Amino acid sequence: MKHVVAPVAAIPAGARHVTEAGGKRIVVYNLGGEFFALADRCPHQGASLSAGQIMGHVCSTAPGQYEYARRGEVVRCPWHAWEFDIRTGKSFFDPRRVKTRAYDAHVECGELLAAEAFSVAVENSYVVVEV
Amino acid sequence: MRSFEGAIDADLHPMVPGLDALRPHLEPFWADSIDQRGLEGFESQSYPPHAPRTVRADWRPQGRFPGLPEMQAWLDKTGAAIGILNPIYGVQLIFNADMNRAFTQGLNNWVRAEWLERDARLRASIVLPNETEHAVAEIERLAPDRRFVQAMRLVMGEIPHGRRTHWPIYAALEKHGLPLCLHAGSAYRHPVTSLGWVSWYMEDVAAQQQAFQSAVASLITEGVFVQFPGLRVVLAESGVSWLPAFLWRMSKGWKGVRFEIPWQAEPPAETVRRHIRLTAQPFDAPDEAAAQLLGHLGSQDLLLWASDFPHWNYDGLPSLPPGVDREKFLRGNAAALYNRLERVPA
Amino acid sequence: MNMMLANAKPAAATLGLCDVDIHPRAPSRDAFDPWLSAEMRHRMHSYGLRPRHGYVRGTPFPKSQPLASRRDAWTPQGGSPASDLAFFREQHLDHYGIDVGLLNPLQPSGQGDTNDGFSAAMAHAVNEWQLAEWVVPEPRLRASLVVPYEDPEASAREIRKRAGDPRFSQVLLMSRTSMPLGNPRYWPIYEAAQEAGLPVGIHAFGYSGWAMTNGGWPSFYIEEVSEHATSCQSLLISMVVEGVFERFPRLKIVLIECGMAWLPSVAWRLDKIYPSLRCEVPHLKRKPSEYIRDHVWVSTQPIEEPERPEHLRDTMEWIGWDKILYASDYPHWDFDDPRLSIPNWLPAETRAAIYGGNARAVYGW
Repeated sequence: MKHVVAPVAAIPAGARHVTEAGGKRIVVYNLGGEFFALADRCPHQGASLSAGQIMGHVCSTAPGQYEYARRGEVVRCPWHAWEFDIRTGKSFFDPRRVKTRAYDAHVECGELLAAEAFSVAVENSYVVVEV
Repeated sequence: MRSFEGAIDADLHPMVPGLDALRPHLEPFWADSIDQRGLEGFESQSYPPHAPRTVRADWRPQGRFPGLPEMQAWLDKTGAAIGILNPIYGVQLIFNADMNRAFTQGLNNWVRAEWLERDARLRASIVLPNETEHAVAEIERLAPDRRFVQAMRLVMGEIPHGRRTHWPIYAALEKHGLPLCLHAGSAYRHPVTSLGWVSWYMEDVAAQQQAFQSAVASLITEGVFVQFPGLRVVLAESGVSWLPAFLWRMSKGWKGVRFEIPWQAEPPAETVRRHIRLTAQPFDAPDEAAAQLLGHLGSQDLLLWASDFPHWNYDGLPSLPPGVDREKFLRGNAAALYNRLERVPA
Repeated sequence: MNMMLANAKPAAATLGLCDVDIHPRAPSRDAFDPWLSAEMRHRMHSYGLRPRHGYVRGTPFPKSQPLASRRDAWTPQGGSPASDLAFFREQHLDHYGIDVGLLNPLQPSGQGDTNDGFSAAMAHAVNEWQLAEWVVPEPRLRASLVVPYEDPEASAREIRKRAGDPRFSQVLLMSRTSMPLGNPRYWPIYEAAQEAGLPVGIHAFGYSGWAMTNGGWPSFYIEEVSEHATSCQSLLISMVVEGVFERFPRLKIVLIECGMAWLPSVAWRLDKIYPSLRCEVPHLKRKPSEYIRDHVWVSTQPIEEPERPEHLRDTMEWIGWDKILYASDYPHWDFDDPRLSIPNWLPAETRAAIYGGNARAVYGW
């Protein structure tokens, strides 16, 4: 089910936006013009990920080395600080089994959305999620 | 058949009767220092010589420390095929690094000459001097003698065991395929609690439990096993039952604080199960909880049987914790860990 | 901020959810001025707190989150976590339907300060502040009786001054004191607490002035998290072996935020070594585990999370179902949500006890 979140201009790069769609709270992130949507709920004890800090991912192959990349692409749960990959919703400590749901998010132009009977301004583009 | 026929006893103690016993094994300057300076000995508060737990009463012939004959009689009684000696004599307490080195080497020399030479069942830990470079040199000196099967430090030293200042030691141990044994006891650079000095010896004995937790925390968080994937560590006389709760807490913390130690890429509990073993004497749990506790450990590969002769942990013969895999516990885990135990009977 | 449904009482918590660990925060250091003398105000604002470490700001082991708090606990006006009663009510008390919440003020409480006089002055001020800013306006809250524990006689005076005031539910100590808490030096505190019928809550933290492990100083905050357990083990061993519970048979101790799963292994170790050491400790008349069972309670947070959840049931059974008290640790980051942190496969009566029944029994609520 398609859900129109907001005009693209409302979610600048680096920002996050919380919305409700299909009875679920969803947080949308803009990573350098690409949009990603996650369930706004940590799988641990249910905290709102949208309240969490954003950072990069630090990994290391040896003690004393800090390889820091992907700045802005990791959200840390506001409570116990579990790190989640904004692009996929997967946790970094156990990506196979611990994750928050990721939804498809992309941009559509107002004209096409209006044709699908969404009430939008045809001159704008919109962030859309599929729930 | 004897109760522990063919077993590997991972922790026995050759008791140093006094400084005089070490004298022939010291360099002349240090041997002469004993009289010149009136050195009385390096007995440690961790094991006061006359305290009941230090030597079980029936192992204390005519009030003196048991010697080799008494230990041999004990090995004859249990039927152990191999006994690994952890010499406990407070050389680690010495502040002068050179004196510490000298007396530690003397202790190792004494163990070799007076114990290893005299009974083919015996193996020993290399007692490590405190300074990193001295410790590496001692490993290089004694590693060629395959009767030395690991290196030993006291669990409570001056600097936590994971710290990088120790790493040349771990490199040497990994190179030689020797585990590191952390044994109960303190060099008393710090009090036995993080809250200061205790009033009762009973508290000192209990405090070993905390020391091992801190040691494992340091080894894991500093990334020792990432840096030295071939290194194994043996925790001797830790009590065992503290381990599951500790692993739960550390793994939980790691999930959220991982970024502080990014080299630790797996749950700490998995690292511990791969790299750490524990002697199971004392075993701090009642029989009725033992099976569940073993389930909490999550592996039958962790425990090494040990008699801890002549420390007083039990009367008569030691018993096996209910639920333990007998073959692994008595022999298999030690045989897998120590790759120098040639001539271990099948 | 979290926007869960307002009516979020834990399933089967029943009526009467109690939270034995809440950390109120003064919005600024000025908050205590009304209750400090001119001399002590001057000290507070010029030299500040002087614990047994070197930092003026922050702590020796920097936290993993700002102010060690949940990111969503900053107030809508940007105030620091747990500094605003209205927001605290909304986000915590009302949100979860908490009937009774116990305040445990941490720094800047002046506890463990190297200056005894200042510590005593701050204890008085913090106690007054708790009443004025929190307990009086919010009847669901109770205060902890903050004391300058490194001056046990002054602590006893502060306890006796407030004994009988039902707004104080316990005496508060920190776990890392300059000597282990069983040492007779601290006994005047226990004497006064027992006399007043107040449990003694011992909360993780404080700075003893000694290395944070018995093998030296750790490097990382994550090690300190682990050492809250070991420090608490040491203080408990001290209290048992020094004979605190023999000397103060009505004393109750609540260990807060130190973890709980380690408790059985400490009791077992002490029981194991006791027979061979009895000659050293004739003042002990009972097995160590009996003293622990009769005198010690533990709070849940941070609740342990074994790989196999049923292992936690074993541990809780060994501790005793009546000895376990739910705590949130609001507003800290390792906060335990009452709806989800206590396993839901425990029977309803057990959950009810953990969520409130046990705390009411210990604290007399």
